[in-house]
Amino acid sequence: MSTSRVIDGVNVQSHYRDVDHQFSSAKQGIWLFMVTEILMFGGLFVAYALYHMMYPEMFAEGARFLDWRLGFVNTLVLIFSSLTMALGIYYCQLNQTKKAAIALAVTVVCAGIFMVIKYFEYTHKFHMGIFPGAMLNMEQLNNYLAAAGEPLVKSPNLGLYFGFYFCMSGLHGLHVMIGMGLITWLFIKTLRGHFKPNYYTPVEGVGIFWHIVDLIWIFLFPLLYLVG
Amino acid sequence: MAHAGHDVDYIHAEKGLKSWLLTLDHKRIGILYFVTVMFFFLCGGIAALLLRGELFSYNAQANVGEILKNGDIYNQVMTYHGAIMVFMVIIPGIPAILGNFFLPLMIGAKDVAFPKLNLLSWYCLMAGAALAILTMFTGRVDTGWTFYTPYSIQTGTAVSMMVVAAFIMGMSSILTGLNFIVTVHKLRAPGMTMHRMPLFVWALYSTAIIQVLATPVLAITLLLLMMERVLGVGIFDPKLGGDPVLFQHFFWFYSHPAVYIMILPAMGIISELITTYSKKVIFGYTAIAYSSLGIAAVSFFVWGHHMYVSGQSELAGTVFSFLTMLVGVPTAIKMFNWVATMYKGSIEFRSPMLYAMGFLFLFAIGGVTGIMLATLAVDVHFHDTYFVVAHFHYVMVGGTLMAIMGGFFHWFPKMFGKMYNEAGARWSFVFIFVGFNVTFFPQFILGGMGMPRRYFDYIAAYQPLNRISTVGSWLILTGFLIGLYVIIQGLRKGAKAPPNPWGSTTLEWQTASPPIVHNFDHEPVVTAGPYEYK
Amino acid sequence: MLSWIIKNQLAEVLIGRANAQSFMPTQASEIAKSVDSLYSFLLIISLIACVIVIGGMIYFAYKYRRRSANDKTAYISHDTRLEILWSVIPLVIFLFVFAWGWIIYHDMRTMPKEALEIQVIGRQWAWVAEYKNGVQSNVLVVPVKRDIRLVLSSPDVIHSFYVPSFRIKQDVVPGRYTSLWFRAEVMGEFHVFCAEFCGTSHSGMITKLRVVSQTDFDKWLIEEADSSLLPPVEYGKKLFTTKTCASCHFEDQPGVKIGPTMKGLFGLENHEMVDGTTVTADENYLRESILASQAKVVKGFGPRSAMPAFQGQLSEKELSAIIEYIKSIK
Repeated sequence: MSTSRVIDGVNVQSHYRDVDHQFSSAKQGIWLFMVTEILMFGGLFVAYALYHMMYPEMFAEGARFLDWRLGFVNTLVLIFSSLTMALGIYYCQLNQTKKAAIALAVTVVCAGIFMVIKYFEYTHKFHMGIFPGAMLNMEQLNNYLAAAGEPLVKSPNLGLYFGFYFCMSGLHGLHVMIGMGLITWLFIKTLRGHFKPNYYTPVEGVGIFWHIVDLIWIFLFPLLYLVG
Repeated sequence: MAHAGHDVDYIHAEKGLKSWLLTLDHKRIGILYFVTVMFFFLCGGIAALLLRGELFSYNAQANVGEILKNGDIYNQVMTYHGAIMVFMVIIPGIPAILGNFFLPLMIGAKDVAFPKLNLLSWYCLMAGAALAILTMFTGRVDTGWTFYTPYSIQTGTAVSMMVVAAFIMGMSSILTGLNFIVTVHKLRAPGMTMHRMPLFVWALYSTAIIQVLATPVLAITLLLLMMERVLGVGIFDPKLGGDPVLFQHFFWFYSHPAVYIMILPAMGIISELITTYSKKVIFGYTAIAYSSLGIAAVSFFVWGHHMYVSGQSELAGTVFSFLTMLVGVPTAIKMFNWVATMYKGSIEFRSPMLYAMGFLFLFAIGGVTGIMLATLAVDVHFHDTYFVVAHFHYVMVGGTLMAIMGGFFHWFPKMFGKMYNEAGARWSFVFIFVGFNVTFFPQFILGGMGMPRRYFDYIAAYQPLNRISTVGSWLILTGFLIGLYVIIQGLRKGAKAPPNPWGSTTLEWQTASPPIVHNFDHEPVVTAGPYEYK
Repeated sequence: MLSWIIKNQLAEVLIGRANAQSFMPTQASEIAKSVDSLYSFLLIISLIACVIVIGGMIYFAYKYRRRSANDKTAYISHDTRLEILWSVIPLVIFLFVFAWGWIIYHDMRTMPKEALEIQVIGRQWAWVAEYKNGVQSNVLVVPVKRDIRLVLSSPDVIHSFYVPSFRIKQDVVPGRYTSLWFRAEVMGEFHVFCAEFCGTSHSGMITKLRVVSQTDFDKWLIEEADSSLLPPVEYGKKLFTTKTCASCHFEDQPGVKIGPTMKGLFGLENHEMVDGTTVTADENYLRESILASQAKVVKGFGPRSAMPAFQGQLSEKELSAIIEYIKSIK
C-alpha cells in the first residue's frame, strides 16, 4: 500500500526510500515500456523485410509514388524536435522554467508541422486513388498516371506496398499525435511551475518516448521513401 | 488513505465498494483480480461443459444427442472457451492474483513499483473483457482463439472487436509484467539479494520478462489483423500476394512464449509448496531459478513447432524441433529437483501439497507428451488432433490450474486471515484430479486414432472414448463446486488464522494474517536464503 | 441419467465398440510403420520417465511422511553431480529422438520422382480430386503400391489434408501449392479429414480414400471420364457433389442448417427470402442463386449467404445439368 510523504519538496511514495530511488524506478519502467514499443514496430519491420525480399520490384515501384523530399523535410523536422525536447529536459534540470516551456512549445509545433506534411501526403495519395491493400483503385491511379504522362502501374499487387506504407506511417503518426498531447500537457504543467530540478520525471519520461518515436521515423524514412 | 493506521489489516482499512475500485494497495488489487478471474473461469468452464456435452454423441448432423444447435454455434462456444481461458483466466491467473498479492510481501516491499499502473492494468483487463463479452451480442466470433488468417478475415463474425479486446488485455499483461520487473529490481528489502528471493518471485520475474518482450508482437499482429478486416491492407491476404502463414509465425512468436507465461508462475508456486510441506530446503535452488530464465530465453525460438505441417520449409521445421527439445531440459531439471526436495523430508499431506503432487503427476504426463509432439514425424500425425488438445490441457489445466488451486489454499489463511475446511479442500482435489484424468487421458487415445480437434461431429468409432471424456468433465465440475463451497465457507465461518500456520520460512508469513496495510511493521532485513528449514 | 449411462454406455464402451478401432489406426504405408515404431519408443521412454518421477514422488511421499510436528529434516541444498546427470541424460535422449524424428520427416517431405500426380482442392467444405485426364471426384481413388503425390490448393481458407492411416498431414494454404506423398501398401478404404479449422462445417469435411489395384484404378478412371456423356440429371447429380453443393444442401436432413434443402424446391411459389420478399423457384431463380449467391438469400440463412458465387466457375452445360438435377429432387 502506498501513501506518500514529502522529501525535499517532492512527493515520494512510501515504498520508495528517497527522491532518487523513485526517479530511477520510474525511468526504468519507462525504458521497459519503450522496449515494448520498439518490439511492436519490430513486427512491422520484419514483415516489411520479408515481403521486400519476395516482391522487390513491386516495392521499388511503390516507393516511386512517395516524394522523398517531403519525407526528408519531415525527418529534419523530427530531428530538430528531438533536440528541443532534450533542451526542455535540460532547462527543467536547471530550473529555467520559461526556457523549458519555450523548448516544449517548439517541440509541439515541430510535431504539428510533421503531421501537416503527412496530411498533405496522404490526401494526395487518396486523390490519385492510392489506398491500402485491396482498396487501391488501380483504374483511377492509371488514369491519373496517363493524364500526367507517366508510365502505368506494372505490379498488380501494388496495394500490398501501400498496405505497409499506411500501416507503418499511420501507426507512427498515431504515436506522434499521442506525443503532441503529452508534450502539450507538460507545457501547461511547466508554465504552472510544476517541475523542479529534483522532480521532472514526466518530462524525462515523455522525452524518452519522443526520442523513440523519432528514432522509428529515422528507420521508416529510408525503408519507405528511399529503398527501391 | 493516509489515515489508515499501521496496525489495521488491509481488508478492514477502508470500507465501501469505492475503496476497492480505486484502491492502490497491491493486496486489494490482487483480490479484485481474484474475483474477476473466478467469474471468467466460470464462463469458460460453462463453455467447456457445453462442448463436452455436444461431443457426448456422434452424428450431430442428424440431430442425435444435440446440445448445441449447429456447427456455427459449436465453433463459437469453442472460440469463447479458448479465448476466455487463455486471455482472461490462465494468463492473468497466477501473476495478477497471487503475484500481485505476494510478490511485494515476499521480497519485503511495501508495494509494487507503480501502484497506479497496477490498478490501470486491472481496468485494462476489465475493459478488454467487457469488449470480449460484448462480442457475444454483436455477431460473436467463430475463429478459434488463434484467429488464423484468412478464415478470420473472411468470416462474417465480430472478429475485429474481439481482436481489439485481446489487444487491450495484452496491454494489461504488459503493464503487470513491467511493474513486476521494476519491483524486483528496485524494491527488494535490505539483504534480499537476487539469490535470496523465493523461487515464486524468480518465476514471476522470468514470466514478466516474457510478458514485456512477447506481448507487443501479439499487439502488432492483432492490429494488422484488424487493419486487414477494416482496410484490407493485404499483408495476410493471399489475394494480394500476402502470406496467411506469416500470421501464424507472428501469432506463435507471442503465443508460444505465452505458454510459459502460463506455466512458469505455476512452477514457482510448486517450488514454494513442496519446500513448505516437506519442511525442507529446496533441492538445487540455483538450478530451478536459472532454469526459469533459461525457459524464458529459449521460449522465443521455438514457435515454429506449431507449424510443422503448415507449409514452412523442412529446414525450418528441423531447426524448431531441435530447439524445442532444448526447452525440455530445464523443465526436466525442475521436475527432478522437486522430487529430490521430498527426499528425507517431513511430508505433510495438506491439500496444497496434494495439489502440488497432482501437479507433478499431471505435468510429468504433459511433459513427456510434449516431447512426442516436438518430434517431427510423430507430430505430423498428432498435429491438430485431440492428442494436442489432451497435451495442452495436461500442461495448462493439470499444471497451471492445479498450481493455482494449491497456491490458493496455501495462501488462503494469509490472504483472508481465516482457515478453510481441510477435508473439503481434499475432496475437491480428489474430484478434480480424478475427473481431469478421466476427461483428458482418453483424448490422447482419440488423437492417436486420428480424431481432429475443433470437430463439431465425429465418426462412430470415436464415440466411446468421447463419452468417457464427457463424464469426466462432470467430475471436474463437481470438484470445482466443492472447492468453491470450501472457499465461501472458509470466508464466512473459518477460524482465525495465525500468522504462519504452515511453519513456512518465506517473508510473507512473517507478518500478520491478513497483512497490515503497509505489509510489515518494520522493514524486514534479510540475512539468509528463503528456505532455511533447520 | 447416471444409471442410464452406466447401463447403456459403459458396458458398450468396455466390451463393445472400444475394439472397433484399436489404439492407432491401420498402418497403411511404410511411413506409418516407421512413425509408429518411433512412437512406441517414445511411449516406452515416457513410461520409464513417468515411473521414475511419479514413482519417486509417491515413494518419497510415503517413506518420508510427517510423523510428528518436530520431525528433523535433512539439509540438502544441492548435488552438482546428480544435477548434471539429470540434465545430460534427458538431453541425450531428446537429441536422439529429434534425430530419429528428423530422418522420418525427411522421408515424408522428399517427393518421389515418377509419382502419380493428383491435384487435390480443399474448399469449404469438401475435397475434390482432379486427375490428369480431367476426372473430378470427391472420393480419392488411388492404385496400391505406387507412389502418389498430391498437389494441394485451396480457393478460400486454410484446410489440412489428413489421412490417419498413412500418418500424413499437410496444410492446404490459399495462394500457394503444398504437396505430400504416400505409397499405400494395402487396399481398402481410409478416412480423409480436414485437420485445420475452416468454419461452419469443418467437421463435415471428411471423405474417403480408396486404395484399389492398378487394374481397377485404370478402369475407374475411364468410367469416370465418360460422365459428361451421362444424361443431364445423372451428370448434374455428380456435379452436385464434386462442386461441393452437397456438403451444405442435403436432400433429406432438414435439421441441418447450413444451406436450404433442395428437396421439393423447384416450382415452389412464395419462397420467402431474408428481406421479406418472396420469389417463385424457377430455372432463372436457381441459375441466379448459383452464379450470384448473395442476390437472393433464403429466410433463415441470412443476412449474408455462406455460399461462394459460382460465376465463371461452371460451364453452361454444367450449370444446366445441375439445374436439371435440382428439378429432379422431389
